[in-house]
Amino acid sequence: MFQLSNDGKQKVLNELKRYESKQSAVLPALYIGQKENNGHITAEVITELSKVMEIPEAQINEVFTFYTMYNKNKVGKYHVQVCRTLSCMLNGAEELTAHLCKELNVKLNEVTSDGRFTVSEVECLGSCGTAPMMQIGNKYHENLTPESAMNLLRGMK
Amino acid sequence: MQAAQSNKETKYLSEFYHLPEFKSLEGYLKNGGYKPLEKALKMQPQAIIDEVKASGLRGRGGAGFSTGMKWGFLPKNNEPRYLLCNADEGEPGTFKDRMMMEKAPHQLIEGMIISSFAISSKKSYIYVRGEYDESIDALEKAIQEAYKAGYLGKNILGSGFDHDMDVYRGAGAYICGEETGMISSLEGLKGQPKLKPPFPAVQGYLKKPTIVNNVETLAVVKYVIRDGAAHYRKFGTEKSTGTKLFSLSGNIVKPGNFEVPLAYHLKDMIYDLGGGFKAGRSLKAVIPGGSSAPVLNAEESLRATLDYENLAQMGSMLGSGAIIVIDDSNCMVQCLANLMHFYHHESCGQCTPCREGTGWLDKIVHSILAGKGRMQDIELLLKVADNMKGKTICALSDAAALPVLSFVPKFRDEFEYFVREGKSKVKGTAFKGAPHAEMHH
Repeated sequence: MFQLSNDGKQKVLNELKRYESKQSAVLPALYIGQKENNGHITAEVITELSKVMEIPEAQINEVFTFYTMYNKNKVGKYHVQVCRTLSCMLNGAEELTAHLCKELNVKLNEVTSDGRFTVSEVECLGSCGTAPMMQIGNKYHENLTPESAMNLLRGMK
Repeated sequence: MQAAQSNKETKYLSEFYHLPEFKSLEGYLKNGGYKPLEKALKMQPQAIIDEVKASGLRGRGGAGFSTGMKWGFLPKNNEPRYLLCNADEGEPGTFKDRMMMEKAPHQLIEGMIISSFAISSKKSYIYVRGEYDESIDALEKAIQEAYKAGYLGKNILGSGFDHDMDVYRGAGAYICGEETGMISSLEGLKGQPKLKPPFPAVQGYLKKPTIVNNVETLAVVKYVIRDGAAHYRKFGTEKSTGTKLFSLSGNIVKPGNFEVPLAYHLKDMIYDLGGGFKAGRSLKAVIPGGSSAPVLNAEESLRATLDYENLAQMGSMLGSGAIIVIDDSNCMVQCLANLMHFYHHESCGQCTPCREGTGWLDKIVHSILAGKGRMQDIELLLKVADNMKGKTICALSDAAALPVLSFVPKFRDEFEYFVREGKSKVKGTAFKGAPHAEMHH
């Protein structure tokens, strides 16, 4: 059964007080839950947030399913999100994604057998002038080539 | 004061962006920061609104609506009201707001405090797309600095004006860049747009009057107050006043953000500031205002100027100022398919014409891309797109239809070739890996 840590619970309670309305805390609370559940959200996480926040599960669940940054499935320790939208495509995003999947021996959105990587395609990350690019965790990596991107992944601990 | 880095740009907003110190309060103050706020707090709020109106400033996020007029829609009563900064930059091709927030967070904050004083708002939010971690970080630090220095909080600089500011993190949804979608999201709900009227200025966040303005728009307010509307109007044209940050990307030698006066020639943007094309490549098409703006062919691109009226006259739009350049090595069917995937993914699903229409456009164009298209699919694309215009709560449906209604007529030969030959006229192959290729007619 998933439970928030004391620290996580406190963070959620702080968010509840932060905005003019309690419901506004749902988006930040989902981030907290996701972080404490190894990067993805399950029904148990929703149940726990609902209890802590005293907001019905359905109201949290519909927010969870609407936004792409809440992961519906398990992801690797490093979630490699390659931008696929036009400016990145024009600069080789497809080749970049294909290369990463081939080298890591995974399909899109799968987790590598060692649990370290998931490669996903995402829509425009607002980094079009430095295309192609990818985001790993919170960090942008820009002006990539298939080789430089793969070297970066190899260097990840 | 250091000279601007390039003599071809007009670095008005971006004058100090090359200085790393400009990000901190100390560096910002050293370069004239918060002086305009001091000036504004001595003015009558209405005088600020009048100055912004007189400047001719139009929303820099995409719609290009008069900022002063938008503020004028607020009800004349003492109801609490909010200022909401739209930093959910997501229009494909746009990356100027990110640069502004990362390099000059105080510039935005100062513009927001002045704007809030003008519209009598005691609380503002900056809604930043969730992926922009560095922007959020920069803003949160800068807001803390501003509180400590007395630019935020109670009785700002002894003026009697109180104002609080906070950052709200989005969670990955293009639709939250639409102002009522953003309000839904800030309320902790799905980011689905709301019917207008009532407009946000009358009924917005928590049903209270709310003004939603783009990052660049709010930053400009600082300069309009610093230099006056008359000075601001010296840049640009009668109807497109001021300078604008343009995000240049795609097949271009020197991509990046460039600040130029409105009505700058697109040709100069591409060949001078952008350094033109790689050896052996040439201009094929330009999307001048973010992916929702109708595409221009090469001939149109060479005579276009970057202002609201000229691009509208050419059947396109200035939008967010995101210029995506496409060279002759690219297949326009593939480019359109990429965009249709985007809109299909981003439709919020609320209105049938958009939810179903974006899905059909995506499927049909990908079926052509896989070499499985039929000649009548080309007409079908146009028909579906035409049926999506003006029929929904927000503009996403139109934004998905407009690329189709420009790509297909302007590059029809490429679409017909692809259907007839089962492969791209430019690339010589079909795209087997294309999603939705297994569509059944």
